[in-house]
Amino acid sequence: MDVGKFLSIVISTVFINNFILSKFLGLCSFIGVSKETKPAVSMGIAVTFVTTMSSIITWLIYRYLLVPFNITYLRTICFILVIASFVQLVEMFIRKGFPGLYKAFGIYLPLITVNCAVLGVAVLNSDMFFSNGSVVKGSFTLSITQGFFAGVGYLLAMLLMSGIRERLELLDAPESLKGVPLAFIVASLMSLAFMGFNGFRL
Amino acid sequence: MRKLIAEFLKGIIKENPTFALVLGLCPTLAVSTSLVNAIGMGAAATFVLLGSNIIISLIRKIIPNEIRIPCFIVVIATFVTLNEMILKAYFPELNASLGIFVPLIVVNCIVLGRAEVFAAKNTVLPSIFDALGMGVGFTLALVTISVIREALGAGKIFGFVLLRGFEPASVMILAPGALLTLGFLIGLVNFQRGKKKKKMIERAGCNGCR
Repeated sequence: MDVGKFLSIVISTVFINNFILSKFLGLCSFIGVSKETKPAVSMGIAVTFVTTMSSIITWLIYRYLLVPFNITYLRTICFILVIASFVQLVEMFIRKGFPGLYKAFGIYLPLITVNCAVLGVAVLNSDMFFSNGSVVKGSFTLSITQGFFAGVGYLLAMLLMSGIRERLELLDAPESLKGVPLAFIVASLMSLAFMGFNGFRL
Repeated sequence: MRKLIAEFLKGIIKENPTFALVLGLCPTLAVSTSLVNAIGMGAAATFVLLGSNIIISLIRKIIPNEIRIPCFIVVIATFVTLNEMILKAYFPELNASLGIFVPLIVVNCIVLGRAEVFAAKNTVLPSIFDALGMGVGFTLALVTISVIREALGAGKIFGFVLLRGFEPASVMILAPGALLTLGFLIGLVNFQRGKKKKKMIERAGCNGCR
């Protein structure tokens, strides 16, 4: 496979088109869970795991089920059901097998089902790496790459945001801006910084 | 009748999905780049809300309680797929500019939230009014954000130039502008609530849905 293409997807999904800060996918959990660093990182790792796995599963379903039978319009319904049941399965598995891990990110797993980032990756993969029903070369690897690094980008944004918000608690901000509004304004500044990777046009 | 109108109106101001409940933020921020997109997204979401609320309130007694969420998701996903097909066939331009956010209506917390909180507990008629109220409230929120962003970022509204000689700051159209606008608008809502001694918005996101 072409290393250049691989690298360009990595850089683009982590920095330039960061899922949270430039595509607004997974924003709810970004604002909701980023108050402290530890849960934010657990959530980020859980999301990375789920986006990677769901990229693999949805790619297989799209390639071997939806495309051959020409029912790609069932994409949305299929993907969301598969992702939801997969997340449920993983949660049950982790709860039984790895209680320590379950404590770390088990409680965030159910929330991930309704996280736009996960379905977003699946939909983007099927948009980008299939052209008119035929497979683009190396599309499976590229899908996994995009899935994994979308999660890494999410983790990065979560980590930065939670670090900033822990300090914001000490700030003497106007009463009505405390909490969520201030988080949005900080996110805006962060997204401005991330645009630097893109080459800024004012 | 008065009760039905109250159901409709509560979605617009008191329980506005964006500004009061702080739900469904991803599409709110992503498609509010122009007024046309905002109205298109609002109409699409209202259509899905209406369809899913009607069906779910009709079959609410058949659905077993334990598996209600997957059932709701299937109903919602059906309407989202319908919506995708209609948009692709009749409004290809709008479909292209809304892009990935059309299929993503399925994970929009507003739709699932209304199914869980309202349609699963009420009859068809109130559910219809609830869906319409929430849909209109969502559309109005989108319109508010997009008017601010389009006016400051492109100097236009609906393609009409507002002020000659005004140098638009295109950063408002881009991602940071969306977050900034929403941050200040929620701040404004909090300011109003603080005056009335009401509880301020302290948390956001889909955590409340579940």
